[in-house]
Amino acid sequence: MIAVNLLPARYHIVHETIYSYESPVSLSRQLLHLTPRDCAWQRCLAHQITVDPTVTAVRERLDCFGNPVMELAIEFPHDSLSVRAESTIDVLPHLPADALLALGACTPAITAGQARQPQSTTPGYLRASPAWESVREALAYGSRPVLLDAGCFQFESPYVRVKHEFAAYAQPCFTPGRPVLEAVQALMSRIYNEFEFDPEATTVATPVLKVLAEKRGVCQDFAHLMLSCLRSKGLAARYVSGYLLTHPPPGQPRMVGADASHAWVSVYCPELEGGRWVDFDPTNNLLPDTQHITLAWGRDFADVSPLRGVILGGDAHELDVAVTVTPIVKACDVALSEP
Amino acid sequence: MPRSLLSSYLKKTDRFDEMLAEDGSVRASWHPFVAHLDAATPEQMRHRLDYVRRRILENGVTYNVYADPKGADRPWELDPLPLILSPVEWQELASAVTQRARLLNAVLKDLYGPQDLLKDGSLPPALVFGHNNFLWPCQAVQQPGETWLHLYAADLARSPDGRWWVIADRTQAPSGAGYALENRTIIGRVFPEQFRDLHVQHLASFFRELQDSLAYWAAPTSEAPLIVLLTPGPYNETYFEHAYLARYLGFPLVEGHDLTVRGECVYLRTLSGLRRVHAILRRLDDDYCDPLELRGDSALGVPGLLQAVRAGNVLVANALGSGLLESAALPGFLPGICEKLLGEPLKMPSVATWWCGEQAALEFTIDHLDELVIKGSYPSQRFDPIFGNELTGSKREAMIARLRARPQAYVAQELVNFSQAPAWSTTHARRLLPRGVGLRVFVAATPGGHVVMPGGLTRVSAVSNARVISMQRGGSSKDTWVLTDQAVNTFSLLKHSVGKADLVRGGRNLSSRVVESLYWFGRYAERCDKTSRLLRVALSRLVDAGVDTLPALISAVDLCRVLQLLPSAEAEANSATKAKAVAADWSREKQMLSAICSKEWGDGLAGDIRRLLWVATQVRERFSLDNWHAINRLQHQLQRYSEGMTEVAQPELGEALAFLDQVLLTSSSLAGFAMDNMTRDDGWRFLMIGRRIERLVFLANAVSGFLRLESARAAGSLEWLLELTDSIITYRSRYMIQPQVLPALDLIVFDEGNPHSVAFQLQILVRYLDNLTRLLGGPRDEALRSAGARLQSFDLGRFEGQSFTDCRGCDPCVDLAVMLGEISLAAAALSDRLAMRFFSHVGDVSRYTLAS
Repeated sequence: MIAVNLLPARYHIVHETIYSYESPVSLSRQLLHLTPRDCAWQRCLAHQITVDPTVTAVRERLDCFGNPVMELAIEFPHDSLSVRAESTIDVLPHLPADALLALGACTPAITAGQARQPQSTTPGYLRASPAWESVREALAYGSRPVLLDAGCFQFESPYVRVKHEFAAYAQPCFTPGRPVLEAVQALMSRIYNEFEFDPEATTVATPVLKVLAEKRGVCQDFAHLMLSCLRSKGLAARYVSGYLLTHPPPGQPRMVGADASHAWVSVYCPELEGGRWVDFDPTNNLLPDTQHITLAWGRDFADVSPLRGVILGGDAHELDVAVTVTPIVKACDVALSEP
Repeated sequence: MPRSLLSSYLKKTDRFDEMLAEDGSVRASWHPFVAHLDAATPEQMRHRLDYVRRRILENGVTYNVYADPKGADRPWELDPLPLILSPVEWQELASAVTQRARLLNAVLKDLYGPQDLLKDGSLPPALVFGHNNFLWPCQAVQQPGETWLHLYAADLARSPDGRWWVIADRTQAPSGAGYALENRTIIGRVFPEQFRDLHVQHLASFFRELQDSLAYWAAPTSEAPLIVLLTPGPYNETYFEHAYLARYLGFPLVEGHDLTVRGECVYLRTLSGLRRVHAILRRLDDDYCDPLELRGDSALGVPGLLQAVRAGNVLVANALGSGLLESAALPGFLPGICEKLLGEPLKMPSVATWWCGEQAALEFTIDHLDELVIKGSYPSQRFDPIFGNELTGSKREAMIARLRARPQAYVAQELVNFSQAPAWSTTHARRLLPRGVGLRVFVAATPGGHVVMPGGLTRVSAVSNARVISMQRGGSSKDTWVLTDQAVNTFSLLKHSVGKADLVRGGRNLSSRVVESLYWFGRYAERCDKTSRLLRVALSRLVDAGVDTLPALISAVDLCRVLQLLPSAEAEANSATKAKAVAADWSREKQMLSAICSKEWGDGLAGDIRRLLWVATQVRERFSLDNWHAINRLQHQLQRYSEGMTEVAQPELGEALAFLDQVLLTSSSLAGFAMDNMTRDDGWRFLMIGRRIERLVFLANAVSGFLRLESARAAGSLEWLLELTDSIITYRSRYMIQPQVLPALDLIVFDEGNPHSVAFQLQILVRYLDNLTRLLGGPRDEALRSAGARLQSFDLGRFEGQSFTDCRGCDPCVDLAVMLGEISLAAAALSDRLAMRFFSHVGDVSRYTLAS
């Protein structure tokens, strides 16, 4: 029996990035993906970005995936750059209760913030999804209607490769006729079980083929690997950048990837009316819900990296990133959540 | 009457012949030209061939092929015979490529906007979302005049039935228009009468329209818009063309780091500060244009450029993202898209194309592999075309497996038999050879509609039965003559009048990078001159005396050591073995030769010449063609000389002397061009400052070294010092006596009227620097002024009555040597100050950073 949380969880998030440069940077332009996007299961209540030194120019807009993005420029010499993003966010369970009930997934259990182990059984709604081959067919050229929203996330992107190596790795999970979400969950578990979390093993430049070969990496690597597998199978899947609760509720294990920005994947599953994106976190082997806070999504890390910049000068630099996610305690569950 | 040229020319039945009709008769449009060729004497043709070859060599028209064993610069081939097209034929062709330019522009507008072509299935999403050159951040960016393709090129070929087909579309940053122009300027002079009598259309108005259109769509401004040509730099294979076009169009040629984005506007870094840029004609691939939003690993782009475009503050032509249409898979879908977007049938077919991403097309491709050529769907694949009929056994199986594994990445195309046209044989004196030809035509978007360049770049295959023509595969080219039955339009269609506000004087648009390169050009040119002069002094004495024990020779060799043209005497004791060998064991002859060009010791004069040539390429567009001829000549002289050097054999003394003479001759023409041919702008001023600083440093070091050398006391040394400083003639006309130390030093060091004296350099540098301060502000440079004053206060009388021959480190000699040493240091410090103030950011490289 899977416990599903139906109450919103409220979080306060501080994401702080500090660059210290060895020599002054004379010109700096930065693209920030630090403002959480609103979506069906998430509302941003308050948000603020503070930059030091004072910026020369700022422009806010939405990127081509609908994520809020801020572009800033500092056009005078500076020795360090600090960007602090602060947000207050309500996260609802991803699947509305009626949808879950209709799918026969579970009985609702109102257990806000209650202990939950990484999932090991398959929820019913995953079993109820269409066969993976039919999803691949629906996404192929020539099928009607054209699923353009998903089509964006079907091909190679800077960090994601479409190659037979990845299709072959995913193959055992994608048995003929298997429900697509069940197959994806099996793939997630396979990655979780066979890959080692190792921050020393990779950098942002490590190719995903090498991650597959060496079987170690961090959450971005696992997300890119899983995306490569899914896209190589002809499915559509996107990269989600976000956060995890830093300190878990008492009695729960601390999840991997807290204290920093986190990444997971979202898979497209067609339904009668359009389609649905379902999140999977290969780093923790679970289906993200109210403990995952979505920041932005894109084809891969390159589209939504929290800070992407170009600087002139600076020589070597040091980078410090700190993320703190704190649940905002509501009167009714003070006793439960007090750390 | 010699045998007709046509008697040996083979017409083939499996392909179209441009010159000969079906029945073997010469086509009407070719007739007068062929008749002229037939009548031309072998001498006439030889002269023409020579002229073409020389012009190409001299103009430095090169097509740099990467990893070419023959070297980076290979002369571009140009066949003297043009491809001739009749007015009727051209009209049809021009209307078809115009339609295609309109169509492709509409496709870009849709794919970066509403994407209806994807929603209704007209185009597979794989060809857009799976294409590296679909630039995601460029979606929803508005283009002025809804124009994406400001310059478009189509590669055409003619099938056996005489119809033209489109082989490929060039939408990224089409190359070749400049080469077409270059070919025209050469061939127009080879056949001037035929060119005029046949009514060949001129090309100039096309470029004027391109210029006007860019100005029209440039970001709004009350003054004349600043339009720049953005190049990836001299390593690019078509860099020559970038420089050529920039000069022709009057646009500053810039590299990414010459531009900077402040706020949301683009600026050119110039000597006098930042100047707003309103339009960029780019030859840099679009994905490299902005490391902030596009490829982060690009060191060639301008961070923030895309946001400036988004804000409507700069025009980029072609629009960022237009490389998307360079896909071999696209043409198969164009007939349907043309009906849909333009409501008319596609006028010119593309070569039959099957995109393997469709199941039926994949099966067809595998079944008909022998008749097809396989290409990659996306240009980023760097996949060389594979001819199905050349695949056998396991290779064939492997290809089929690749197709099945990733079908959407491949395209199958029908094999095309290119039409043939006559080329002039380069080996036989008088012969026409049939060669496969393809035609690249250019279309420019203008506010009033599209215009086609009445001509184009005809590409010629190296063999007669061509299936692929590429400049990178050792092909050649032809001028393209489009005939008209109306009067030839020698004027621009768009009236372009320059108002008072448009007048440009001085080099306001000089980028700091250009100024820095010109400065170093000046320094290296002078350094080559002075080094050659010193080596010539020594070598000529060796040749004259026939022995290497002449005292004047010994002192000259010693000065070479002091000036580090040879390893110093101290090196003998403690430095690396090779330097030691040079200093100790070699004959003086061998040492002198090694100072010109050697593997053992430094890189000598040859190294300085190479550095001179390198900085010259950095500012290629700043030099007149005549100036370039001189630079090219220098390159060829160096090449020929160093080719004569092998592991065992060194050049003869005579050859070396001849080489030095050549270098000095070229160097004096470069100096002449600098004085006479260049506009007096800031760039020129820096070039001259570079020359003067180099000359000052050399003179000060040479004279100071000379005064300290014991061997210089020997007979004949003062004479070569005068020769070295180019002052011997003046000396002889002033004094009818053997060189003496007092008058010689007066002339070389103190005489402000002698352009080769230390005092003259100081005086003129002070003047240049004052001008610079007046124009660009900043503090007045006092160091040289005071050095000059100190020098003038030196009492020359102290040398009176001194016998230089007997002098062994007397006070006046030492004092003057010390003072000259200080002047040399002051000049070096000045060079550093100039670099700090005017060039310092050039070495600063933009870096890409990521934080998670």
